[in-house]
Amino acid sequence: MSETQSNGSHNLFAIEVEQLTKDFGSFRAVDHVSFTVERGQIFGFLGPNGSGKTTTIRMLLGLLRPSDGEAIVLGTDVRRNPEKVRPRLGYMSQRFSLYDDLTVVENLRFYGRTYGLKNDRLRKRIQFALEMANLKGRERERTRNLSGGWRQRLALGAAILHEPDLVFLDEPTAGVDPVSRRAFWDLLYEISAQGVTIFVTTHYMDEAEHCETLAFIHDGHIIARGSPQYIKDTMMHGQVLELTPDDPTLAMGALTRAKEAGQLPVEEIALYGAQIHIVAPDVEHYQGAINEVLNQSNVDPGTISVIAPSLEDVFISCIRSEEE
Amino acid sequence: MVVGNQKEVIIETNNLRKDFNKTVAVDGLDLSVYKGEVFGLVGPDGAGKTTTLRLLAAIMDPTKGSATVDGFDTVRSPESIKERIGYMAQQFSLYRDLSVNENLNFFADVFGVSGKVRKERIERLLTFARLTEFRKRRAGQLSGGMQKKLGLACTLIHEPEILYLDEPTTGVDPVSRREFWDILTNLHVQGVTIVVSTPYMDEAERCSRIGLMYEGKLIECDTPEAIRQRVPGKVIQVWPSDRIQARDILRNTPTIHEVQSYGEQLHVFVDEIESGIKLIEETLANANIQVKAIRQVEPRVEEAFISLIRRRVAAGSA
Repeated sequence: MSETQSNGSHNLFAIEVEQLTKDFGSFRAVDHVSFTVERGQIFGFLGPNGSGKTTTIRMLLGLLRPSDGEAIVLGTDVRRNPEKVRPRLGYMSQRFSLYDDLTVVENLRFYGRTYGLKNDRLRKRIQFALEMANLKGRERERTRNLSGGWRQRLALGAAILHEPDLVFLDEPTAGVDPVSRRAFWDLLYEISAQGVTIFVTTHYMDEAEHCETLAFIHDGHIIARGSPQYIKDTMMHGQVLELTPDDPTLAMGALTRAKEAGQLPVEEIALYGAQIHIVAPDVEHYQGAINEVLNQSNVDPGTISVIAPSLEDVFISCIRSEEE
Repeated sequence: MVVGNQKEVIIETNNLRKDFNKTVAVDGLDLSVYKGEVFGLVGPDGAGKTTTLRLLAAIMDPTKGSATVDGFDTVRSPESIKERIGYMAQQFSLYRDLSVNENLNFFADVFGVSGKVRKERIERLLTFARLTEFRKRRAGQLSGGMQKKLGLACTLIHEPEILYLDEPTTGVDPVSRREFWDILTNLHVQGVTIVVSTPYMDEAERCSRIGLMYEGKLIECDTPEAIRQRVPGKVIQVWPSDRIQARDILRNTPTIHEVQSYGEQLHVFVDEIESGIKLIEETLANANIQVKAIRQVEPRVEEAFISLIRRRVAAGSA
């Protein structure tokens, strides 16, 4: 959106993090994390609750001082010069932080003024945000009366009102329905196409698939990085076997009991509608044992095939292997 | 695909309708849930999922139509229904200042579970929800995922045959969600009928059948596989050198039904694979966009859902 720096490696990266660490007393929330985010990318930052996602974002925004390590944001050391970089950053926090008792346009005006927009520019940017968020005609509605999807788009509009080069979105779609979520992602693609870098956290693995690059964080450590495809191709510990038994419920019961009795030492058995997914290292090795368990319960295993893991499978597998 | 061996209907609604002033929250719903299945209710905000669950829980009466649960009418026999169901509302209220144990005891009091039965059941539920080691912790101090599991355990204190869960995993991280669903699968294997609403499409894939609600109506109801197959045409995954430009060009190509973005890739909905691949390759080549990879993929429930809703919206505005 605004000018970009033209010299050196700063041109390539919107964020460069080196050994970034944050301690709260004796608790280490972020533990020597290093990663880079290319300019113009949609970067997904995934991890369970309490893994250090929000703390990392707060350090990158210059709101929280790192205990150790370095964070270069848009070419500036945020630790030394937070006030220099902050005007170029946008931030949409978990609960959207809109004022419920203000109208749509009042919320936008408030955020615009906070970022120092005035007069003509403020008016133009508010118009832009209303159009982008598809909120034309709802300017005078109170924010509390908007549904989740509208509020979300309004919050995004507020976060990019001042034309930031880098936007942080912390769980922007929690509790928003799939159709609104899709519309929201279409908006993110539009913004990204204009050269804005987007840093987003989410619990939705289907959304993670929308990101160009991902990093998984767990207990303050980065445990996997790369494009969704790369992560799926290389980070899965074990394989996924899919069965289509004639009676999935009965089959599920028999397999779970066998696992609990130690007869089927696989990592995971999960029911997906009419299919059963079994995760294990070298899963084909277990085919004989699986067939035997199902035969004993008079269930026909149906087709058995090794399938590609979903991103969620990989995520859970990475975290479980960390926890072991 | 059959759901279990039996196909006994345990919940049935007949032209069920609920109005709130001028809003029709549930609009002529005809729904059957089979005994022992996991039935997923999915749909956008305001589609009527929560109202449907409340009507089925006999918490409110319909404006029109009727619903029966295990043979009991929701208006005439609400008490019989309440004995048989467990209902976990979206904002299920645990007592945050009470411990895990105390919460379970409180719900046991409410449902009249006492003595030795209560003791055994609480132990079993704690093990089942993997909360035994946290029994003395205050509910307010549990993680989001653990609070949901405690909520579920409290809902199960009277051993209901039917369980209603209203977005039980919203805001919960993927690891805790997976664990929650493992617990639901255990209940399912034990024969409990589960009706669960969810905004997560990957969770919809775990249900025996799903119902898509839109503006108070059930617009699709079938197994996840059958719903996936209901996407018109086929899906081709393309990895173009310039995603945004490729998307805009393909969206404006007449025989292409829909283009959805996935990171660096596009999912393109066409009638037929071979001609579709050829069309995409030629169209992009003409625009000097390179195709790094192209292949057919199976549509997911999420894509099916968005496609079905978008067609609804288009038909409504036409």
